Amino acid sequence: MKKFFRRNAPAYVFLSPWFVGFFLLALGPILASLYLSFTRYDMVGDPRWVGLDNYEYMFERDRRFWKALEVTFTYVALAVPARLAMALGVAMLLDKGLRTIGLYRAIFYLPSLLGSSIAIAILWRQLFSVDGVVNQVLAKFGIEGAAWISDPNTSLYTLVVLAMWQFGSPMLIFLAGLRGIPRDLYEAAEIDGTSKRRQFFRITLPLLAPVIFFNLVLQTIEAFKTFSSAFIISNGTGAPADSLLFYTVYLFNEAFKFFRMGYASALAWVLLLIIGFFTAMTFFTSKYWVHYENERD
Amino acid sequence: MKTNATDMTVRDKNAQIAHEIRLGQKKRARRARIYKHIFLIGMSIVMLYPLFWLLASSLKPENEIFSTLTLWPSEFNWNNYTEGWNALPKSFTVFYMNSAIVTVLSVIGNLLSCSFAAYAFARLQFNGKNLFFALMMMTLMIPYHVVLIPQYVLFLNLGWVDTYLPLVVPRFLASDAFFIFLMVQFFRQLPRELDEAAMIDGCSPYKIYWAIILPLSLPAMGTAAIFSLIWVWEDFLAPLIYLNDIKSYTVPLALRLFLDQEGQSIFGQMFAMSVLSLVPVIVFFIAFQKLIVRGIATSGMK
Repeated sequence: MKKFFRRNAPAYVFLSPWFVGFFLLALGPILASLYLSFTRYDMVGDPRWVGLDNYEYMFERDRRFWKALEVTFTYVALAVPARLAMALGVAMLLDKGLRTIGLYRAIFYLPSLLGSSIAIAILWRQLFSVDGVVNQVLAKFGIEGAAWISDPNTSLYTLVVLAMWQFGSPMLIFLAGLRGIPRDLYEAAEIDGTSKRRQFFRITLPLLAPVIFFNLVLQTIEAFKTFSSAFIISNGTGAPADSLLFYTVYLFNEAFKFFRMGYASALAWVLLLIIGFFTAMTFFTSKYWVHYENERD
Repeated sequence: MKTNATDMTVRDKNAQIAHEIRLGQKKRARRARIYKHIFLIGMSIVMLYPLFWLLASSLKPENEIFSTLTLWPSEFNWNNYTEGWNALPKSFTVFYMNSAIVTVLSVIGNLLSCSFAAYAFARLQFNGKNLFFALMMMTLMIPYHVVLIPQYVLFLNLGWVDTYLPLVVPRFLASDAFFIFLMVQFFRQLPRELDEAAMIDGCSPYKIYWAIILPLSLPAMGTAAIFSLIWVWEDFLAPLIYLNDIKSYTVPLALRLFLDQEGQSIFGQMFAMSVLSLVPVIVFFIAFQKLIVRGIATSGMK
């Protein structure tokens, strides 16, 4: 016992803040929200046990839940590939043949840092408003723009464009990955007269596959969590016509506008399971990207 | 003799052709590089245009904002800044003070608690290490929305709602696992012999952390500080939930108030305050670049 104590004491002392945080702010709340998801709870009285009612309502009767899933999945399916394609394309342009890439890299990375701020969400609302910049530019070319943000058919695309604008951080990861590919592979291919296209599909893509997959999973999780920009652009409600009803926005409103804490907890658990699925994918593929990390050093 | 001469001319010609090919390749490579630069410059303009538009609109007279594409204002209207600063029920001095308090405390909390945990994970041996490390990595993926409601109930019962405690205290409890992970990665690269030598000299683990690991990790600490500073500064969801009194609003919450009182007359001021809210991030981004370069130079990686 004494020996156990002497061996572990320093480490446990260093870990003590994390222990408290882990139990009080992570594990505890996750279990608590599982419990709450089986109750009706409005924060005034005590939680009342209702069994599976919340889940039953969610899956069978709640149309807004399905709408929120549809909006979120559509956004993920569009924004993630678009952002990654931008990131890879630009990373490849920057990787070869240019001596000074620092400034470009900085310019392309900046939006990633600013992107989740409220100021940018406010800016985006104005860029895509009826008399906004986008429509003015289109008018110059004789094209009549749409109402973008106030039109339910186009509103989601403005957020996809916002996501594309923030391709900086996956771009940096791609750049690191591209540096890990041995140059002589390309030189050999060049001597054999292999076309650039073929080089991309036969060398770059396969050797970059682990990094691409890592980025894909990471960005997918990130996209599921999108909140601030959707909240601001949709006036906090998911408007127009619920076309911006992101899952997180719906959850927030159920919890903090209507105080349906039990139901919101059930929504939270479904979100946890969805993201858990993608987390599991990261976990099972981690051996690839850990390998890549070592190689780079 | 004759054949020799033809040989010479053939060889000369070959050399000539090879030279021309090489020249052509160089020329083509140069031209490709120029096209690339043109493309990248064009793209930089597109990427930066929204930011410049925001800056320009914050300086334009109200009627010019949506009527012209020209970025240059016909006259510089600094009123948007002075009037915007006081346009809301409380002045932005209050909001910036609030944001500064929350941000500074959060960054200190993140650096301390995360470096403690990272030191244990990276340099110490103890029972349950693998299990705890795996659990820590799992919290990395948990969306904030999942723990939000029970955390809110907890803080409400503690009487912490409408104070900064729900925003700051979690950061002293290493709640942001990303920074633990970042520091673990860095601590692991430091040579182990340092700890061992210090241990033999009778240094305790506490002293090793304070006197060896921490001073050697300043670049990593800097990176973590910059990232956490920017994220806390931009944080919207937690303040939205925990701060109800306008006196305690942070800058992002204050910006949102502009949206509630929409109407043409307020746009310029809203843009001016938006610009100001981005300034710290951009300034620290530039500083962060330098920090990274210096970190790489001093640590000798790459």
